[in-house]
Amino acid sequence: MSNDSLDPRVNRLKLGDAGAVIKVEEGENWNVYEVFHQEKRGAHHEHVGCVHAPDPQLALVFAKEQFARRKKCVNLWVVRSADILAFDAEDEDMFENNLEKNYRDASGFKVMEKINKFKQSK
Amino acid sequence: MNNAALTDLIIKMADDELIQGHRNSEWTGLGPVMEEDIAFSSMAQDKIGHAWALYRILHENLGGQDPDHFAFIRKEKAFKCSHLVEMPNGSYDFSLMRHFLFDHAETVRYESLRESSFEPFQQLSRKFKGELKYHTLHANAFIMQLSQANEESYARMQSALNDTIALAAGIFEPSAEYEEELMVAGVYPGEAALYHRWLDRIYPVLVKASLNLPEMSTVTPVYGGRKGFHTAYLEPLLKEMGEVFNLDTEANW
Repeated sequence: MSNDSLDPRVNRLKLGDAGAVIKVEEGENWNVYEVFHQEKRGAHHEHVGCVHAPDPQLALVFAKEQFARRKKCVNLWVVRSADILAFDAEDEDMFENNLEKNYRDASGFKVMEKINKFKQSK
Repeated sequence: MNNAALTDLIIKMADDELIQGHRNSEWTGLGPVMEEDIAFSSMAQDKIGHAWALYRILHENLGGQDPDHFAFIRKEKAFKCSHLVEMPNGSYDFSLMRHFLFDHAETVRYESLRESSFEPFQQLSRKFKGELKYHTLHANAFIMQLSQANEESYARMQSALNDTIALAAGIFEPSAEYEEELMVAGVYPGEAALYHRWLDRIYPVLVKASLNLPEMSTVTPVYGGRKGFHTAYLEPLLKEMGEVFNLDTEANW
């Protein structure tokens, strides 16, 4: 099986040699980094996408042109995707009953009356 | 303060930006990975933006031609760019090394203009500060990455440095005719001062990357571009760059 991919990362690995043991050299294995964008100081960093890069420094360099070229931006975070811990898809059932627990909402408490009364008494 | 001296300096700076920007933009679509393709192309656009801003100063403050006409229909002899920026892209090692050496030279130049007695230069200096910070961050990161990746990449970066350093030193070609006058008037500190600031900037990065800067006293800077003597590579570049504009030089875009 030959591999005609134009991606240099794939070609460099010579994935076509069937059965051969593939040894990935240090630095050859680019990582995926998740990118988080901050629109103004103090605001949350929001996830905007990902970049491929050999190290965190270059991930930041790439993220800047990839995600902060036009929109307002004051800072970026990058984090290796592999370093993010997440639940498995099959654990989705843990969240199933969330919508039924509206008795936990604070919206049911009627306090304005008491507050107004308190204000008037001042 | 004589306008001819200022005009001369601005044309040299602007032509360097335009030609370097054009060369770098030739990598668009051919970059090693998509992320880098986008970053390098975007910086190429910044360079052309710098050229445009300088041509506008010529036009608006010094009675020069319209920027598009000035950029696209001048004769090769009238260009004052350095030989460094005219060179074909070659492979990515050369292009990256040129980007590293050129952008640090650009940075020390615009930093010095913050205090310039010529007010439009102060504005440009402030305006380009953030862009240049990114360009040199990008260049430094790649120099570090490739000089440490493996033996082949290290060897290629070292030989790119050896091949490029004399050309890069040629950026700082002095002008016997105008430089003294510009320095006395406080427009800028002069080429020799910028050259030394530039060396101070690139040296620590090269040391960190374990690359050997050739002994500069043995390097003969490649001069000539500032006086209109160019390599054989400039003429074809200008022809291609002006191809669309020259179909109809009076067209409204």
